[in-house]
Amino acid sequence: MATGGPGLESLVDQQISVITNDGRNIVGVLKGFDQATNIILDESHERVFSTKEGVQQLVLGLYIIRGDNISVVGELDEELDSNLDLSKLRAHPLKPVIH
Amino acid sequence: MLFFSYFKDLVGKEVTVELKNDLAIRGTLHSVDQYLNIKLENTRVVDQDKYPHMLSVRNCFIRGSVVRYVQLPTEGVDIDLLHDATRREARGG
Repeated sequence: MATGGPGLESLVDQQISVITNDGRNIVGVLKGFDQATNIILDESHERVFSTKEGVQQLVLGLYIIRGDNISVVGELDEELDSNLDLSKLRAHPLKPVIH
Repeated sequence: MLFFSYFKDLVGKEVTVELKNDLAIRGTLHSVDQYLNIKLENTRVVDQDKYPHMLSVRNCFIRGSVVRYVQLPTEGVDIDLLHDATRREARGG
């Protein structure tokens, strides 16, 4: 393939932010993945968005997320992320994916 | 295969991908694969005030199965060519 395709190789051992089909946002270090976008995340935590209070972080640890349940895998820019004040961010949780 | 080839020709162009959870992400098309998974660079969420969930993300991988629409640049579409190609494919080759 000319462009090599949109694989996740370049993101291994980097901090990524995963948005799941049920609208959750999980941040962790990408340790592995496969053809079906199944993903292994280390040192992961969930960022829970709400309109009542700032973003809450729940520690999850080592996680495997099934590819079927993944919407977006974002490369977390550490500089942008450290400048982000999560305690002041308020938003509705993302809506679930409706197929 | 037709749309896979079509999207490969759009690499490098600016597109907006709307997902099935209503999130819309704009960025430069970096690559596509057979599942129409998409990788975007220099991304920004279209309505950042409503969706601040990806504020620290500049590059992302979008799973093909959650894409609802891809908004294309006008100059990226040769309508006559696409018409012919889709008709040819519908006829079976």
